[in-house]
Amino acid sequence: MMGVRVAAGGMRPDRVTVARGLLAVALALVVLKGVLPDWVMRLPEGMVLPFADWINAGFAFLRDDLGLMAFTRAFADVVEFLLDVTANLLYGKSRWPDLGPIPWVVIAGTMAVIGHALGGWRLAALSGGTFVWIAVMGQWKWAMETLSVIVVAAPLSVALGLLAGIAAWRWRGVERVLNPLLNIAQSMPHFAYMIPVVVFIGVGPKAGAIVTIIFSVPPMIRMTMLGLRGVSPEIIESGKMCGTTRWQLMTRVRLPAARTELLIGVNQVIMQSLAMVVLASFIGMPGLGQKLLQLLQALKIGLSVEIGITIVLLAVVLDRLTKAWAHRQPVHHAAGASFALRHRMALVWLGIVVAGVILAQLSPYFVEVERKQALSLAGPVDAVVDVVITGVGPVTDWLRWFLITWVLIPLRDGFLALPVLAVLIFLAGVGWRVGGQRSALVCLAFFLPIALSGWWDRAMITVYMVAVSVALALAVGLPLGLYGAAKPARAGRVLLVCDTLQTFPSFIYLIPVIMLFGVNDVAVVAAVMVFATVPIVRYTIEGLRGVPSEVVEAAEMSGANRRQVMWRVKLPLAVPTLLVGANQSVMFALFMVIIAAFIGTQDLGQEMQRALSTTDVGKGLTLGFAVAFIGLMVDHLLLTWSRERGAALRTGV
Amino acid sequence: MADQEVVISCRNLWKVFGDGAEKLDLTPRTTVEALRRSGHVAAVRDVSLDIRKGEMLVVMGLSGSGKSTLVRCLARLIEATAGEVLVEGRDIGKLGEGELIDLRRRKMGMVFQSFGLLPHRTALENVAFPLEMRGQDRASRIARASEMLALVGLKGREGYFPRELSGGQQQRVGIARSLAVEPDIWFLDEPFSALDPLIRREMQDEFLRLKGMMAKTIVFITHDFDEALRLADRIAIMKDGAVEQCDTPERIVMAPATEYVAKFTSAVDRSRVVRAGALARPVAGAAVEGAAVAADETLHGLARMLLCDPRARIPVAGRDGALVGLMDREAAVEIVLGPVA
Repeated sequence: MMGVRVAAGGMRPDRVTVARGLLAVALALVVLKGVLPDWVMRLPEGMVLPFADWINAGFAFLRDDLGLMAFTRAFADVVEFLLDVTANLLYGKSRWPDLGPIPWVVIAGTMAVIGHALGGWRLAALSGGTFVWIAVMGQWKWAMETLSVIVVAAPLSVALGLLAGIAAWRWRGVERVLNPLLNIAQSMPHFAYMIPVVVFIGVGPKAGAIVTIIFSVPPMIRMTMLGLRGVSPEIIESGKMCGTTRWQLMTRVRLPAARTELLIGVNQVIMQSLAMVVLASFIGMPGLGQKLLQLLQALKIGLSVEIGITIVLLAVVLDRLTKAWAHRQPVHHAAGASFALRHRMALVWLGIVVAGVILAQLSPYFVEVERKQALSLAGPVDAVVDVVITGVGPVTDWLRWFLITWVLIPLRDGFLALPVLAVLIFLAGVGWRVGGQRSALVCLAFFLPIALSGWWDRAMITVYMVAVSVALALAVGLPLGLYGAAKPARAGRVLLVCDTLQTFPSFIYLIPVIMLFGVNDVAVVAAVMVFATVPIVRYTIEGLRGVPSEVVEAAEMSGANRRQVMWRVKLPLAVPTLLVGANQSVMFALFMVIIAAFIGTQDLGQEMQRALSTTDVGKGLTLGFAVAFIGLMVDHLLLTWSRERGAALRTGV
Repeated sequence: MADQEVVISCRNLWKVFGDGAEKLDLTPRTTVEALRRSGHVAAVRDVSLDIRKGEMLVVMGLSGSGKSTLVRCLARLIEATAGEVLVEGRDIGKLGEGELIDLRRRKMGMVFQSFGLLPHRTALENVAFPLEMRGQDRASRIARASEMLALVGLKGREGYFPRELSGGQQQRVGIARSLAVEPDIWFLDEPFSALDPLIRREMQDEFLRLKGMMAKTIVFITHDFDEALRLADRIAIMKDGAVEQCDTPERIVMAPATEYVAKFTSAVDRSRVVRAGALARPVAGAAVEGAAVAADETLHGLARMLLCDPRARIPVAGRDGALVGLMDREAAVEIVLGPVA
């Protein structure tokens, strides 16, 4: 309680007054909108700025006058060559080097060996088992189409990210330019990246790979900067005293010492790549994503569940493998260990490869499982789903009717009925309350362009969907987090579940909700809500766990009961962390709302899909920036609030 | 020792942090307060020291006194703001990058408080690292590194990673690494501060053993006065970036130059610091009777004899057996018993 009072008292009083004033003005505008002129409601046509035309002109300049096209095509040709190599090796596309396809038993065995080397038997079973599943379910070709892109895109992203990260670490100027770019890049929805790529490269695997590279570079840049900054000064000094040149210092001291952060970066690159590759089906990228899209559009639930399981398994395997790699600590060999003992894993792997090749010679089943030989869960899954749907049908139907009629439509209409000026003043008020004049200006700087872009109504629909979903996610996630944090062992388990759920590509969340609710706004809100609940649960648990035990013990010794400890001590102290969780929840929700566009929404996402199909770069990027600006504004507000509270509580986040 | 050549010499050395520090006009009369008013912090203030070949100088001070900054200026890990550092007569502030790297590869070794080992390399590879950097071939650097590890008592642990070693063992690796290139100058920045008291004592003994085996010029940083007294030929006591007094342990204890130094030395058991030689006065015609005591023996070591011996003046002899002078027994007993409470 002390902390809260201090926080409130520490805020300059005029900040609260100014904020109240602004909020009162906003409220007055809403109440009086009937008697106010039209330009309070919506900005007049004349004030709408043609951002799209400007962007298009800029792109035309880049493409035609600067000859960027030739450069991008050249880069694309290199990528295409690499893609052909991996495509040949992984699924036997007839291209150089004409060695493939590598039999699936060899690849599954290799993955098992890698799993064992990085994380022991359990990871070996998970990793090998996933590839066996893919093969016997007859999804080998699709999965390999997807992986052939990741195998090319991820290393290129890592290399680019490493170079850019080192440059930003080395020169402050580069960092100053890069930081805001990264902020925007990381809050732009996936689709916004696709449109320019389609313009410059066209559609297909090549475009899919390039959009994947662009999309997955930012986290690598950030982790490289973080890693290089975090190397202990003594290690660097000891390197210098050993007489290293700058190059030696970078390659033998700084980069190896930043190993863990760099590998976490690799992990994020791979997970982003997977998410993007699945979505790149929208621009003609073959593979698991395209299959899933087709099946979902045809409402073939059983088959899409099969593909969904494969994508989830791949995500979990790639995540666990790279994390195990990042956290692996070197262990010495016993003195005088023989060559065979020191290279045991390599020898086992060689054995598996030889055995696999022999098996493949004996039966083509071990090269690739034909469709007709494949197992399928689709039949039973469809049957179970039918039973479940008929069982819960009345409930979901009622829920759908209730939500649409009594919650979603009224709220949407309410959001649309708000005058532009009232929203802007309201946001300025909120900004002022949270971070004073500066935050108020930041909020306006992010939201005014949206009003000026002419996409206000669409943006308000996006805002309403995100608001509803995050509100529901809070309602579900907070109690779940409280429940999870009650016991340490349970907290560990719940966090593991959250971790795993977060590795799933967002697309996956659409399968069950379409199954339950069909194709409408409720399905979208449900998918977004589930997706946005995960970070809330996670940060609630971490916030509560992060409360220092002495503080809790002190409260208990003061005679507080469990309820009082929770409400008076733990929750107030966990607020900064909770706010970070809420912020991530909003980011997740925004991304998901945009992705969910293809099941039919009327927000920015739907327009973005239209821009994608007509390859309208200007429109696409304008919409992308609109989404990014909504995200960045929320990000600014919540993180500023969290920081202020953290500082007031002297805990920090 | 005084006749040995000077290896490291710093003249009016300043290190001031803050914007535009290099433009300041720094004179011996510049005060901390004046700098603070202009938004600067002085970590090293007008330090002038000469360190002679084979000498061990201990720089002693509390945290924030600037001792670590001083040693980093001497090694040019950070650039001095003003003044110069001469190593074997060359101003290292004026060396090019290549020359500086060459100097470190051949002449300098350094041991760090938290060891500064490379976590991804084994103990052996860590020790071999400086040799690798100067391009020595693999076989000879492994041979040399193994030899160094054996010297610090880590034979059999060559393949261990730093993470798998205890703090004391890690610092042994750090010491072995710093000595691998056979440097003439050895910097040690609080090498034992991160260790448990028992291990610290053991490492100090180990250090004295190594030091006795080789003739190196040593700059040793510590915040532990007892450690300083135990190891030093000379001690430089720092406060707020300036050297308060730089002298032998005995003179620091017996004749503190400033109040600050006096406060430090007040709790010290003088008898453990003062050696017989320091009390020896010229014979000047007085009678020399009985057996002589060794000049480098501490009074603490002589205490029993001092209390029982009937002689008023005890002869003191150097290591070579030659008479140094006579020690007034009563004065010595006074030091052993300490001031009257």
